[in-house]
Amino acid sequence: MKPVDQSAAADMFIADVQHERFHDHHLWDLRKGRDQERDQIPEWETLRQLASDIKAHTLTHLADYLEEFERNATANGVQIHWAQDAQEHNRIVGEIFAAHQVKTVIKSKSMLTDECQMRPYLAELGITVIESDLGERIQQLDDDQPPSHIVVPAVHKLRGDVAKLFARTINSDPNNDDPKVLSEAGRQSLRPHFLAADAGMTGANYLIAETGSFVVCTNEGNADISANLPPLHVASVGIEKLIPRIEDLGVFIRLLSRSALGSPITQYTSHFRAPRDGSEMHIVLVDNGRSARLGMADFWTSLKCIRCGACMNTCPVYRRSGGLSYGSVYPGPIGVILNPAIDLHRYRALPYASTMNGSCTSVCPVKINIHEQIYQWRRIISEKQELPLLRRTALDVAAKVLASPALYRRVIAGVDQVSREFPRALIYNPLNAWGLQREIPDAPKATFHQWWAKNRGADHE
Amino acid sequence: MTMTPIAPRVALFVPCFIDASFPEIGVATLQLLERLGCIVEYPFNQTCCGQPLANEGDQKNAAACEALFVQNFAGYDYIVGPSASCIHHVRQHMDAIEQTDEVTQVRTHAYELVEFLHDILQVRDFPWASFPHKVALHNSCTSLRSLQPPLASMSEIRGPAFSKPKELLANVPGIEWVELERADECCGFGGLFSIFEEGVSAKMGYDKVDDQRRAGAEYIVSADMSCLMHQKGCAQRLGYGQKYIHIAQILNGDTV
Repeated sequence: MKPVDQSAAADMFIADVQHERFHDHHLWDLRKGRDQERDQIPEWETLRQLASDIKAHTLTHLADYLEEFERNATANGVQIHWAQDAQEHNRIVGEIFAAHQVKTVIKSKSMLTDECQMRPYLAELGITVIESDLGERIQQLDDDQPPSHIVVPAVHKLRGDVAKLFARTINSDPNNDDPKVLSEAGRQSLRPHFLAADAGMTGANYLIAETGSFVVCTNEGNADISANLPPLHVASVGIEKLIPRIEDLGVFIRLLSRSALGSPITQYTSHFRAPRDGSEMHIVLVDNGRSARLGMADFWTSLKCIRCGACMNTCPVYRRSGGLSYGSVYPGPIGVILNPAIDLHRYRALPYASTMNGSCTSVCPVKINIHEQIYQWRRIISEKQELPLLRRTALDVAAKVLASPALYRRVIAGVDQVSREFPRALIYNPLNAWGLQREIPDAPKATFHQWWAKNRGADHE
Repeated sequence: MTMTPIAPRVALFVPCFIDASFPEIGVATLQLLERLGCIVEYPFNQTCCGQPLANEGDQKNAAACEALFVQNFAGYDYIVGPSASCIHHVRQHMDAIEQTDEVTQVRTHAYELVEFLHDILQVRDFPWASFPHKVALHNSCTSLRSLQPPLASMSEIRGPAFSKPKELLANVPGIEWVELERADECCGFGGLFSIFEEGVSAKMGYDKVDDQRRAGAEYIVSADMSCLMHQKGCAQRLGYGQKYIHIAQILNGDTV
């Protein structure tokens, strides 16, 4: 597939001043909210370390904990399925639904089902999946536009956009963009789907090995209705979501919503353990590249991710680019390090869509060294010749110059001379990326090197 | 003023962009170190530490630069450069070449100017300096979140606040600090990011210089001129009046 051009997409996002400004400010507010919540917790940094350590322990004993989870969940009456990749996941889910003559599914938010592109697959089988998370529903109604953020999927839209979209799709008033009115309209349009659905789907934030139960965190309660109204509940979960014990859960619950939205806890933290009488519960445990990632020395810790989105909220590049610019289910800093392992060629530009400023690493509640992994991915991209030819050539030339003191002096003198003597219109040409929106530093009378030679050079020349 | 008893032998590392575009910062660094009793040498065949190449992931091309750097700087007690990102590269990333004893010696003896003044010389008084202006501090991302140990605390982490640059500037009379809304958000320079991701880079830069302007800063001071080069370029294009200055120039008492 063609490489994603994040930079070009970001430029288009920036050109829309109103949207970019709201996006940047709103997400920065979430970051500030996160800082305020952190300030209420004296042991915040200890919690982060603990969460990181629990995940490291679990991931390094993953096979054992997965089997423990399967044993305990099966004993609870839950049916466990194993899917090696996205295709197998979709096939399994399709088969479960076929066995129950399911035609409509009500589904809460799950990044994994997006990762597996499950909705289009089920649509081919004649099964309609309705998203019940408001943000996901907005994105679904907007011609199945992907989510632009893993926690707030429609954050790139203004309320006016939603008013227009809802007017077009669910017959609400196009001139009323009051968020309360809009969410009520969304709720009313969803209600019949909740009642009519043959099956409910959720993801899971945590699988707990010792109990065989799983936990879903939402703010809308939509996962609870999705799971509890229909007679069939299917949960799709990545194998990295495991934690060993129920007592470990508190560490993550305390970190999750504070990191994500700057709220102490999600409105709903729902535990699912066993099917209700007369209903069935299935869990599809999905690998889809996770085991392979676990074997990558520089990148395995990215599996610690609890999908809080804090790295997106704090990322200055993401806030000004919009999540859709990353061309992937996982945008922002975590996407930058997850995606190249999935398709290096397609996502080769993403590790360069970063200033490596490190803010992501420092807000990450499980302490993934995101910006250092970005740096490591660049080495791989360069090694595999995935840098665009023009860029590679520029680096080859720069390297020759920088490694030769004599050539380097001549080039600098030449550049300074051009800068002094050429007319402005020639210097600020369209190929001069620096000069498109910025001034170039004035050329000094002499370089430091020349200054030294003149003033201190007697002993050295 | 606290001084180490024996004059330290310092190799002055003048990063390539300072050599080419901001020689006055190299001069200020040199004069300041000499004023503080250091014996300063300038390895004459130095060019670049290799950071721009290595940050692109291009280890193959970075190797020759790194080898040349080691050839120039091996054997000194201290290598001091006025740029956190370059020193970060030398200390934490310079591994495109074989890690010989000589390379390790260079990597473990490289210091960013502020940390050298603060931690090694432990100087706090600069009696020749004064700076009667409203000043905003820009801490580069590298100096906060990558360099080990960092030059200052960052807003993301819960813990005691500290700032080595502010400690050094604390006794310079006249400075009136102004605070930014987003004090340690990245300004968008990011090395070659500023060229290859020009749109986002410039937008981040514009937001940063807007913040500085709203805060009423006359000067923005930093230990990293590369960020300031980008910010200055943005501010000039927007017609803003704030000025940009390297910490070495203030501490050396340069007239600006």
